[in-house]
Amino acid sequence: MNMISDPRLHLVVIGNGMAGMRTVEELLKRDGGRYRVTVFGAEPHVNYNRIMLSSVLAGDKTLDEIVINPQSWYDENGVTLISGDPVKSIDRDARTVTSVKGVIVHYDRLLIATGSKPLAPPLPGITLPGVCAFRDIADVDKMLEAARNHKRAVVIGGGLLGLEAAWGLKQRGMAVALVHLMPTLMERQLDVAAGQLLQRDLDKRGISFFTDGQTEEITGTERVESVRLADGRVIPTDLVVLAIGIRPNVDLARAAGLAVNRGIQVGDDMRTSDHDIFSVGECVEHNGQVFGLVAPLWDQAKVCASQLAGDGAAAFASKALATSLKITGVDVFSAGALMAADESDDEITLRDDRRGMYKKLVLRDGKLVGAVLYGDVADGQWYLQLMREKTDVSALRDRLAFGRAFADATGAAAKGPDVAAMADDTQICGCNGVCKGAIVGAIKEKGLTSLAEVRKHTKASASCGQCTGLVEAILAHTTGVTVEKKLAALCECTTAGQDEIRKAIMADGLKSMAAIRRAFAWAKPEGCHKCRPALNYYLLCAWPGEYRDDAASRFVNERLHANIQKDGTYSVVPRMWGGVTTPAELHAIASVAEKFAIPTVKVTGGQRIDLLGVKKEDLPAVWGDLNKAGLVSGHAYAKGLRTVKTCVGSEWCRFGTQDSTGLGIKLEKMCWGSWTPHKVKFAVSGCPRNCAEATIKDMGVVCVEAGYDILVGGNGGIDVRVTDPLVRVTSEDDVLEYAGAFMQLYREEAHYLERSAPWIARVGIAYVKQRLVEDVAGREALCARFLYSQKFAQSDPWAERAEGAKALEFARLPEMADA
Amino acid sequence: MDYEWKNVGPLAAIPRQGARRLCFGQGGRPIAVFRTADDELFALIDECPHRQGPLSEGIIAGKTVTCPLHSWVIDLADGEAQSPDKGSTASLPVKLVNGEVFVGLAAKVAV
Ligand code: SRM
Ligand SMILES: Cc1cc2nc3c(=O)[nH]c(=O)nc-3n(C[C@H](O)[C@H](O)[C@H](O)COP(=O)(O)OP(=O)(O)OC[C@H]3O[C@@H](n4cnc5c(N)ncnc54)[C@H](O)[C@@H]3O)c2cc1C
Ligand code: SF4
Ligand code: FES
Repeated sequence: MNMISDPRLHLVVIGNGMAGMRTVEELLKRDGGRYRVTVFGAEPHVNYNRIMLSSVLAGDKTLDEIVINPQSWYDENGVTLISGDPVKSIDRDARTVTSVKGVIVHYDRLLIATGSKPLAPPLPGITLPGVCAFRDIADVDKMLEAARNHKRAVVIGGGLLGLEAAWGLKQRGMAVALVHLMPTLMERQLDVAAGQLLQRDLDKRGISFFTDGQTEEITGTERVESVRLADGRVIPTDLVVLAIGIRPNVDLARAAGLAVNRGIQVGDDMRTSDHDIFSVGECVEHNGQVFGLVAPLWDQAKVCASQLAGDGAAAFASKALATSLKITGVDVFSAGALMAADESDDEITLRDDRRGMYKKLVLRDGKLVGAVLYGDVADGQWYLQLMREKTDVSALRDRLAFGRAFADATGAAAKGPDVAAMADDTQICGCNGVCKGAIVGAIKEKGLTSLAEVRKHTKASASCGQCTGLVEAILAHTTGVTVEKKLAALCECTTAGQDEIRKAIMADGLKSMAAIRRAFAWAKPEGCHKCRPALNYYLLCAWPGEYRDDAASRFVNERLHANIQKDGTYSVVPRMWGGVTTPAELHAIASVAEKFAIPTVKVTGGQRIDLLGVKKEDLPAVWGDLNKAGLVSGHAYAKGLRTVKTCVGSEWCRFGTQDSTGLGIKLEKMCWGSWTPHKVKFAVSGCPRNCAEATIKDMGVVCVEAGYDILVGGNGGIDVRVTDPLVRVTSEDDVLEYAGAFMQLYREEAHYLERSAPWIARVGIAYVKQRLVEDVAGREALCARFLYSQKFAQSDPWAERAEGAKALEFARLPEMADA
Repeated sequence: MDYEWKNVGPLAAIPRQGARRLCFGQGGRPIAVFRTADDELFALIDECPHRQGPLSEGIIAGKTVTCPLHSWVIDLADGEAQSPDKGSTASLPVKLVNGEVFVGLAAKVAV
């Protein structure tokens, strides 16, 4: 080997995990040129986000998504990765490390980042197949394999890891029991009350608990069969996951003669007892403390990198830490003391059982020293900050438990975290220790506009992801003006706004996409996937009957009249007018499902039936069969009218005031088939009990004795919005006229992909009332334009295709014989 | 390299700014042939580098296709995802002979 030619020092890293690679990242940031870096990793993988293994297990993330540094990162930064080959010894005299496969490498500086090992108690049966830990990808693979082929799982250990494992396995369809040695869960992070709330909630979600449970034996012959507890209870199982704790992985360091206690001993400079050997991560012990969460490891990585880069002053100091649990819908936060240590300490508790909310704060000498939150954890990072800064909270004491917004505002509680009012040093991302000021600074300096970019530049929300919402709020707040500006332009091909373009279409008689692009000097001659669907819609709306729809500018769902699914199959949703069906229709749906072996038949949230998993080639035949029974496209794929939800109304219900079902069907028959800026949903309820949920629809009708209340601009989706009342009318015909006029106003004036809720929030309900209620002639004209455009829109796209239209679209390209 | 050229039919069978999937694949993976607005042809393994979405169903603009599942934009020429996304799908050679489209399969099946 000829290494003399390379003047750089050689840094060798043992452990390709979270702390080790973060140190290398930090070093590259500081002084990329000083070292040549070689990394040994025991696992056969690139560096990934271990925290997210829980999400992979639960099916919320894939392995690809949790990679932190792909192979290209190593290549681009000249870092040599030797993976799948653990280091077996360190020779400090020769300054070399030797791997299991026999690779010997000389180092100038060595970094030990070997993490920790799961504790494996000397239980009988622990080596049986079907027993695993929860630490790395190999463990997750074992669990997923068990979930595919077996039914029951036992998790031993009711701490963070054990609970996340239990939840993940439950999500994967296993029957899960959790054995915990102590009477309550997560007893090191939660007080008894919070631990019990947690157990109650998880119990409701179907996990069985065996608390006070001491495991005595794992039994089985070929594979695990059961777990036996000391008190005689026996739990049959096919999988046992051990999650009872971790122990710093110090074997190498100890064998090399470094100072080792519980962990590898390091000073504030992250050096071990050998000046040239550093250590970071869960394998270290600093001032008697060992680590099990990533937040302090990131601080260690920074200090270690600074030291390696020559900054002798960098020093590590541990800070108060917070724990939270990554189980969807279960919010837990804990930091510091769990309860008063003695009488001079002060405890505040707040408990609301109906909301499933619990808070306990511990104060000592006027300062916050502990917080346990359950159910509502929005203020966790604020409490943590008060603890770290040792702020005197005496003046806030009365309001402290109600959260920051309340404590700061002194008046009524603000809704959600107020990012504007937040101090710059408020910690946002606990894992990576990023405060608001750093995020705002990066956004402004580097002109960041997306969450992904903010993550890349600041690491905020890049680890466990729980602060994503806050980071987004800060992004929106900081970029407020520019984001709006960007939204105004249709896409990157043009600087023109949507309203401007629509006006020109009418005023200058622009009738093709090419004409629009020419008129506005589009940057890309063909446009892009964002502007083409929008222009196609604007032209269709402006020139009904004249403009020819451009299939190539339609999203696949609208082009194929079916919704694409994650595996490339499609779903088929026939219309079920007003949610009413007949035995004949149900028969037809049943036979189609059988005939084409359609895997899932599901009742949708919109009162109709979804056939999921239809192969593309089968679509025309499926539609043909449905058509024969009178079933037509439900446009579940379209930016158009989806469902008209109804209740039974006066025909049956003892409270019904009008025929809500009948009116719903009339509305659906009038409005189906039209193209709109975004999807449109209606509902008609027979009385103010509102069983059809009319108050969260684009247009809702609530029947009353005196007539019909028409409501508009509701949405039950991402941002729930309740409708604004538009008008009360007295006849069904009035309702139909208003519906037509409302549809047309929305079609003509909302931006493409803008639901009616944000549209009305933008233009104001007063404007909509003026156009639809006050301007009577205007309303009639709008309705007339709508009905005219419907003449060209109301033909069943399924029928056309079942009869052979665009047949080529559905078949594959055949191989020609004469090849 | 040697290719095994397969005739998959006339150019007219593929819509402009459109694509069609082939009835055979390579190494068990689907192949799609794309036709741009100015009649250039490209062939890719029909699996998005993100989560295997069928690129043949995406919107084609210039020499790119936008995956229908989560809107990654893929370069038709080399199958690379446009930044900030990372990844790529393999591309295959295509040629047009007397109005007939030919796709070249690697004689030795390379993955
Ligand atoms: C099938 C269904 C879920 C179910 O199994 O019940 C469903 C399925 C989908 N919804 Fe939905 N939504 C369904 C009812 C709803 C409802 C409830 C309702 O309509 O009463 C809502 C909230 C109400 C609302 O829209 O205000 C709803 C709010 C959304 C949203 C958020 C819209 C928003 O403005 O915030 C999206 C995303 C979007 O459209 O951009 C969405 C998108 C989707 C998509 C299209 C996602 C996609 O792009 O692939 C799903 C298509 C699956 C498929 O292929 O069938 N879905 N979706 C429901 C179909 C109803 C139907 O019969 O047509
Ligand atoms: C399922 C799960 C969920 C978690 N959730 C959270 C959470 O929500 N929040 C939080 O803060 N923390 C969480 N953690 C803890 C967090 O992942 C760890 O604190 C962190 O990964 C420790 O980093 P590290 O680099 O010290 O160790 P690791 O990331 O374990 O890296 C050590 C690496 O060194 C390798 N190695 C060991 N010996 C050798 C050798 N001789 N030669 C070569 N390589 C070797 C190992 O194989 C490993 O890849 C979680 C952990 C798990 C397992
Ligand atoms: S809520 Fe709607 S969009 Fe989300 S997974 Fe369910 S069906 Fe799909
Ligand atoms: S599968 Fe293509 S973008 Fe997700």
